Amino acid sequence: MATLSGLGGRLYSGETSFNIVENRKRWYSISAIFLLISIGALVVQGLHLGLEFKGGASYTVTKPGVTIEQGRAAADNFDIPGEAVVQKIGDDKIRIQTGALTPAQANAVENVIVFTFGVPVESIDTQLVGPSWGEEITKKAIYGLIAFLLAVMLFLAMVFESKMALAAIVAVVHDVLITVGIYALVGFDVTPATIIGFLTILGYSLYDTVVVFDKVRENTKSVTANSKYTYSQAANLAVNQTIVRSANTSIIALLPVGAILFVGAGLLGAGTLKDLSLALFIGLAVGTYSSIFIAPPFLASLREKEPAMQALAKRVAARGGAPIVAEVKPAKAVSTGGPRNQPKRKGRK
Amino acid sequence: MSTPTKTVKTSVRPARALALLAIIILGLIGTALVQGVDSVRLGLDLRGGTSVTLQPRASNDSNKITSAAIDQAVTIIRQRVNSLGVAESEVTAQGSGTNRQIVISVPGDSGRRVVDLVGQTAELRFRQVLAESAALGGSGTDTATPSTGIAADLNARFAALDCSNPANRQGTGADSPSETIVACSRTGTSKYILAPAEVLGQQVSKASAGLDQQGSASWFVSLTFNGEGTSAFGALTSRVTSLASPQNQVAIVLDGLVVSAPVINEAIPSGNAQITGSFTQVEAEDLANVLKYGALPLAFDRGEVQQVSPTLGSDQLNAGLIAGALGLGLVVIFSLLYYRALGLVTVGSLAVATLLVYLLFLVLGETIGFTLTLAGIAGAIVAIGVTADSFIVYFERVRDEAREGRSLRTAVETGWARARKTIIVADMISLLSAVLLYIFAVGGVRGFAFTLGLTTVVDLIVVFLFTKPLLSLVIKAKFFSSGHPLSGFSAKSIGLKNSGSQSSSSTVEA
Repeated sequence: MATLSGLGGRLYSGETSFNIVENRKRWYSISAIFLLISIGALVVQGLHLGLEFKGGASYTVTKPGVTIEQGRAAADNFDIPGEAVVQKIGDDKIRIQTGALTPAQANAVENVIVFTFGVPVESIDTQLVGPSWGEEITKKAIYGLIAFLLAVMLFLAMVFESKMALAAIVAVVHDVLITVGIYALVGFDVTPATIIGFLTILGYSLYDTVVVFDKVRENTKSVTANSKYTYSQAANLAVNQTIVRSANTSIIALLPVGAILFVGAGLLGAGTLKDLSLALFIGLAVGTYSSIFIAPPFLASLREKEPAMQALAKRVAARGGAPIVAEVKPAKAVSTGGPRNQPKRKGRK
Repeated sequence: MSTPTKTVKTSVRPARALALLAIIILGLIGTALVQGVDSVRLGLDLRGGTSVTLQPRASNDSNKITSAAIDQAVTIIRQRVNSLGVAESEVTAQGSGTNRQIVISVPGDSGRRVVDLVGQTAELRFRQVLAESAALGGSGTDTATPSTGIAADLNARFAALDCSNPANRQGTGADSPSETIVACSRTGTSKYILAPAEVLGQQVSKASAGLDQQGSASWFVSLTFNGEGTSAFGALTSRVTSLASPQNQVAIVLDGLVVSAPVINEAIPSGNAQITGSFTQVEAEDLANVLKYGALPLAFDRGEVQQVSPTLGSDQLNAGLIAGALGLGLVVIFSLLYYRALGLVTVGSLAVATLLVYLLFLVLGETIGFTLTLAGIAGAIVAIGVTADSFIVYFERVRDEAREGRSLRTAVETGWARARKTIIVADMISLLSAVLLYIFAVGGVRGFAFTLGLTTVVDLIVVFLFTKPLLSLVIKAKFFSSGHPLSGFSAKSIGLKNSGSQSSSSTVEA
């Protein structure tokens, strides 16, 4: 851990530096491959939609010693169209899933289950989903997504700058696409809890990107006046200076999510906790990657197209490039906090 | 301490912030005590119960989905659910405008009755019987008696109707009052051709369930009509009473199914009638309630029905709590390993945040009916990460400032000035996503969004009123300001090259 801190210091001073922004073509290619695989998986395999989206019924019976065979026998007596899927969960639970049922059919199925297993009707965990329900929540999720992206873009454009907003959104769309792609590829069930997870990733991924961009903005504030660095070099220093922080915030964010995933998948088997945390876990990992390797390089690509930045790049090149050296203090603006420091320093003496 | 006045100034600020935090905490505790709450209100998925989400159905006839119609439906459903007498039942509309769902939550195990009761559209109509047949098969051989004077297509539909098929006995409520219809009886033993409705459910002013004391001891529902209903029912009964069977019967049709079709022996001008059928007590009471509180102005589809047994509820609650404890524990361990003594500030901050969130859960449960669901717990656990994030942003910033050559005591202040902005912007994004999730979601998602938003606000409070002031205070201790190896601010952990200059740079402005 201490070595990570030490690395943080060397990265901060520029003593050690990863050429993240400079090598952007490499990251773009990697992401492009992942995006293609994701889109391919989405098109070819599609998402494995859960009960809530297709409509259907799910009955979970808890009874010691219950077997799949008993579940199948019960399902055979259902007298409903379509196949019932019987699953064993843990030691003493089975889950029977059917297609969408009318209220009368649902009551009949409950009666069969009560009769077959000899359990009270209140002890059956039931979920009935109408056939049009999925459309409704999908519609809402899409509205939510669009509203979110627009609001965030406006907010970031106001607080930062419009190109940062654009780069941040590109990174977020990248994260969601790849996460959804992984879901299509692996075939994880997509439930409303998964959708919450996806939407939450948006906020998280942006949180990370905001932290990096904050530093980028600071380092590039007076970049044209100094002519020491090109925009890309200044941005790269910012990424390096925040990389330890990003790694830490990501680990800290992943720890509780990992705990939910562990408990949700381990203790409960399936359900809200597992679905939510799995989506978050994957999304967070992808989000961490993009906040370092996609958002800042993409921002640099956008800014380097500006004539002022191209002129800057020429000036820097004319000076023989800018070796990133330790004594450089890019964060000149830090002294804004200066006046407040004086009394304290005196106080310590 | 050469300039005492200035020293006082810097030390008062953190004290003031901490005092404000104490006031907030005490205020919340006081509110909780006054309200007399001692436990967080748990959602149905954590303690067992049934929730039903109803989706208004766009129908082609006059029933347009309007905001007022949804409000009215909520009121009616609420009365119906309250008539069950289950404590803490809830009926709410979620969403906005006409794009709303009605969510009904009933704790405990009376779920099935709720599901049956609330979804009923309860369109009650009185229709003259035109033809009746006891036959069930859809073989096409059953002909209506009498078959004269009835349109051929109606006869064909009548012949094809198979009342032994449960699908035909569901009560769709789809019967149009102005048309002649074919319908099954509720029990599926008879089928009917029925004339257009002459008396409607809205014309019922009173309804109650009663037990027939004589003979059969069966349950029935008594009805009293309003003025309009009384004259319409009087006219209907006086007209049919002299007709031949089965046309001297009046069918009582609920949601498109014939509940009973009594023979009218005499005209009933009094406006009082009884519905008899093979009712159980519960059925009779439920029907009376449905009639009393009126028909729903809209048709609904059951979007989702969820019934959670108390066993699963407590399992989910335990899992949520274990996950929370585990998540919190992991974050604490990481903070201590990475930030050493500074990690204690994180631990303290998380403890304060947990306390605040718990108190808010308590108080909000009472004031705005907040209930904690499994998704809500997940939101709170995820927020541990968000909260800890802001400490890291701050601590790393302080280290950055120290790397710039500032003294630690200075770095704590200058680092704060910069970190504050990052934290606010990042928390605003988090809050924005929570608010939008809340607006655009139903059910469990809303619980998640709510706790995520709430904990983000708590994060801001804790960082501003606890973490920062605390750091300002502890940095005065030599242990921290001198960069002790275990303080988390040592030259080595910050990554300064020459650790010797660290102590000098912390006293002398470089």
